[in-house]
Amino acid sequence: MIYDVAIIGSGIAGLSAALRAKELGKDVVVVTKKYPTQAQSSMAQGGINAALSESDSVEAHIADTLRSAAGLADEEVVRYVCESAPEAIEWLDSIGTPFSRKGNAIAQRPLGGASAARACYAQDYTGLKILHTLYDNCLKAGVEFMSEKFLLNIITEENVAKGVTLLDIRTSQVEQLLAKAVVLATGGYAKIYGDFSTNGHGSYGEGLAAAMRAGAVLSDLEFVQFHPTALAKSSILISEAARGLGAKIIDSKGERFCDELATRDELARAIWAKLEEGDEVYLDMRGLGEEVLMRELPQERKLARIYEGIDPLQEPVPIRPAAHYSMGGVDVDIDGKTSIKGLFACGECANAKLHGANRLGGNSLLETVVLGRRTGESASGSRNEVEEKTYERTRIDSDFVRAVFGLPNQIDFMERQEFLSKVLYNNAGIVREELAMKGVLSVIRQHQRELAFMGIRDKSPLYNTELVRFIEYGNIIELAEAMVVAALQRNESRGAHYRKDHPEPKEHFKAHSHVWKEDGVLCADFKEVP
Amino acid sequence: MRLRIRRYHPHFEPPSIDMEYEISGGGTLLEALEEIKQKRDRTLSFSSMCRSGVCGSCAVRVNGKEELACTYKPKDGDYIEPLSVVGVLRDLIGDFNSSLATLKKAQAYPVQMHSGMSEEDERHIERQSDCILCHSCYSSCPVYETNSSFLGPFALSRAYRYVADSREENKKAHIDAVVQNGIWDCTLCGNCTAVCPQGIDPKNDILVLQSWAAKFGHVNPNLGNFGSFGLEF
Repeated sequence: MIYDVAIIGSGIAGLSAALRAKELGKDVVVVTKKYPTQAQSSMAQGGINAALSESDSVEAHIADTLRSAAGLADEEVVRYVCESAPEAIEWLDSIGTPFSRKGNAIAQRPLGGASAARACYAQDYTGLKILHTLYDNCLKAGVEFMSEKFLLNIITEENVAKGVTLLDIRTSQVEQLLAKAVVLATGGYAKIYGDFSTNGHGSYGEGLAAAMRAGAVLSDLEFVQFHPTALAKSSILISEAARGLGAKIIDSKGERFCDELATRDELARAIWAKLEEGDEVYLDMRGLGEEVLMRELPQERKLARIYEGIDPLQEPVPIRPAAHYSMGGVDVDIDGKTSIKGLFACGECANAKLHGANRLGGNSLLETVVLGRRTGESASGSRNEVEEKTYERTRIDSDFVRAVFGLPNQIDFMERQEFLSKVLYNNAGIVREELAMKGVLSVIRQHQRELAFMGIRDKSPLYNTELVRFIEYGNIIELAEAMVVAALQRNESRGAHYRKDHPEPKEHFKAHSHVWKEDGVLCADFKEVP
Repeated sequence: MRLRIRRYHPHFEPPSIDMEYEISGGGTLLEALEEIKQKRDRTLSFSSMCRSGVCGSCAVRVNGKEELACTYKPKDGDYIEPLSVVGVLRDLIGDFNSSLATLKKAQAYPVQMHSGMSEEDERHIERQSDCILCHSCYSSCPVYETNSSFLGPFALSRAYRYVADSREENKKAHIDAVVQNGIWDCTLCGNCTAVCPQGIDPKNDILVLQSWAAKFGHVNPNLGNFGSFGLEF
């Protein structure tokens, strides 16, 4: 079977692409490493931006997005996405998304960095409800799903994508999935910061790593957004909407020290500086009142109680910044095309240059829907020649997985992974400098050399979750290297990338960092913003 | 603190055993499972993603009751088992393929919709649309002991979510899809309502679906048997 379009990832971007391709009459399959709705998109709380009200305008939405992007957005993409936003909300409404309402209109709330109350939401379940609505519509449209398959590699011949290799998690067998177009919608890589990330287990960027191995260009990897208000012990996110509703950020003396509606990078640095001084930082939601908190943010009270043992209506909640979103990704144009023919990408795994150096809250869900649909459409036009045969890549990956079971396991990869996440957070996180990052790079390269001495203790081929984690760890050390190299060569501060040793933006760095692999060797360069 | 966990691996003899693990405690059950996997036993298999109660992947049974591992705080001696009814693949990992297929059978999707609804209309579907497909309700449902084709609580609540949606124009299509192996087979025991981590009330949703069905001329077949004009004695 050769599909027209194979979509890897079942979050909002993947399902939006799938629905569009299905509308165009294509044979579509959506592959997920878990079950369809068990995607990171379910965790998006704050909202999805669209200039709908009279006090707002598409031009203001564009201006806010460009300002936050700090020179690294593509204006054509920003304009297209912001102009398409009202239509996207109308479409989501027409297929059943239960957005919160005010009177007969879709309710909107302010998020940081926005000049108007622009984020449409569904309580604090915005991502969850859009995701499930799309899933329901996929069932209606007859989109085929393949669950519990983990992406290993992209099958290419002469820089043309032919399909992907997948690990069937239930059996540990390697399979190939052939398609005329492959769409990566695998999500971001912020979880490489481990316990210092708001993301779920799984956002390790296997789509980016696979694309890089296949020869695709990745761009702007150094731009990782740190969310200022994650719970201090668990990095569980407290939505920015809390600050939009009036929650305050205070230190241990109870004093405010920053503007709560500043952009996420400014706030994250202000909080980081406080924490570096040895102080503690809290989010004070007491002023919101029970009625507003329970109506607008029902999850937050529950999560603060479970993870911090604190009722936010009674006490301020301890917070710290945590890695939240990856602006960088597989380099794509407005149609989701990568540098490999027939390979597309959309959503957080892609860099369409909508967010530039820093993303505004509410713009990522918008991107997943608008560019997800557009990518689904352009992928539907792909007509790669694909042969029904066992590709070389499939044999190699099959041998690789068999070999993993035989690795000596003298070094524990889970310990290494935990260590690496700490090193990344402290040295290649919110505040960065050259010497420390060179140290991180040597740690990562040490880990890469040690990989052959690691391995798995669980030798069962049946639903081997340790095997999946080991392959994820392999992706982490491949991607972390690329990210740190990109961060090292950007000798300036811009958006979410802050260099203590180069605290100002520099005109000649108004360029996208590119990384790619040639014969397995990592290459890096800048490409000027056109 | 000690946890007892039911382990399952179909290739082993016996396939199922109980194992005890010492955990440091204080965190969630998911953190405890993670601690066991990282520090004590790499073969322990479970599913998780978001750690915040929205992805629906980590539901298990604790002392016989369905809980999300990421929001449950374990107590000394707790007995952890996989979900019931869904098949078990390994240890605490369930097989959701056949249960998810009920969604399509129940037409738990929009059939003919327009856009636009009021604040009040949205409130009518707010709870049902909080569903995270964690399968807790499915696991708790006793009907599966006698009818494996039963559509089940989450599929019916999610179908009702579209019936109750003011934007849906074809309510009848939804009702027609849930009368077979659906709303009349439910015993209204309320287990599903008791275990839902999102506070959804499938039992009540099924009751409301029954009255919608009556409106569209469907008759409860279980009552018809009495030959008593549908009156229950």
